[in-house]
Amino acid sequence: MKVRYFAWMKRTVGVADEEISPPANVKTVGDLVTWLRNRSAGHAEALAEGAAFGAAVDQRTATFDVPITGAREVAFFPPFTGG
Amino acid sequence: MTVRVQEGDFDVGAELDRLTKGNRRIGGLAVFVGLVREMHVRDGLHRDRIDALTLEHYPGMTEKALEDIEAEANRRWPLEATLIVHRYGRMEAGDRIVLVAVGSPHREAAFEACEFLVDWLKTKAPFWKLEETPAGEKWVGAHEEDDAAAARWEKKAQ
Repeated sequence: MKVRYFAWMKRTVGVADEEISPPANVKTVGDLVTWLRNRSAGHAEALAEGAAFGAAVDQRTATFDVPITGAREVAFFPPFTGG
Repeated sequence: MTVRVQEGDFDVGAELDRLTKGNRRIGGLAVFVGLVREMHVRDGLHRDRIDALTLEHYPGMTEKALEDIEAEANRRWPLEATLIVHRYGRMEAGDRIVLVAVGSPHREAAFEACEFLVDWLKTKAPFWKLEETPAGEKWVGAHEEDDAAAARWEKKAQ
């Protein structure tokens, strides 16, 4: 599974994307956030509890209860500021 | 229904000509053009002028999100033509960022749908602004007023 980070989260984590193989008990976006926090200090900071960020599963906006089983790509990003 | 995400500028006149060409049912065309505006931000005692920004986006998801928003506008109003062109990359003050154009038989639907599209794309399409100031680069935070502007259309959804 590919995980992608955008805007300031990319800089905090230190990579734009990474290939990961989370264990079977990581079933939802929320589970993945908790699991990713242990990868590095950058991950822990970017994905900290209370940090304002959203997620997408296979390029569709997703809440933390959305399952990631079978997903090809999960992304994390700050609130959108386009337009 | 057309959505385009591109790095280069767009020609408003040419885009509108292409959008309405051959469709004689359009009686009104509402158009919004978003520009990079020069801004001054206060950071303590320091005042910074922002004269350029870089817009990052999520290729693939951006197009899907804009298509979803456009489809929603077409569900809510009787529209004949819709166009969203959004730029990414580095832009300077005065540059065009986004074009939203909506054609309908009547002006009310065109005005309303155009405003809806702009409000929703600001909060639902994956774009992030990085501002350039003399003191360095700074990621823009989300604006509460944009969320409120987008939310008023949620109430009208039923």
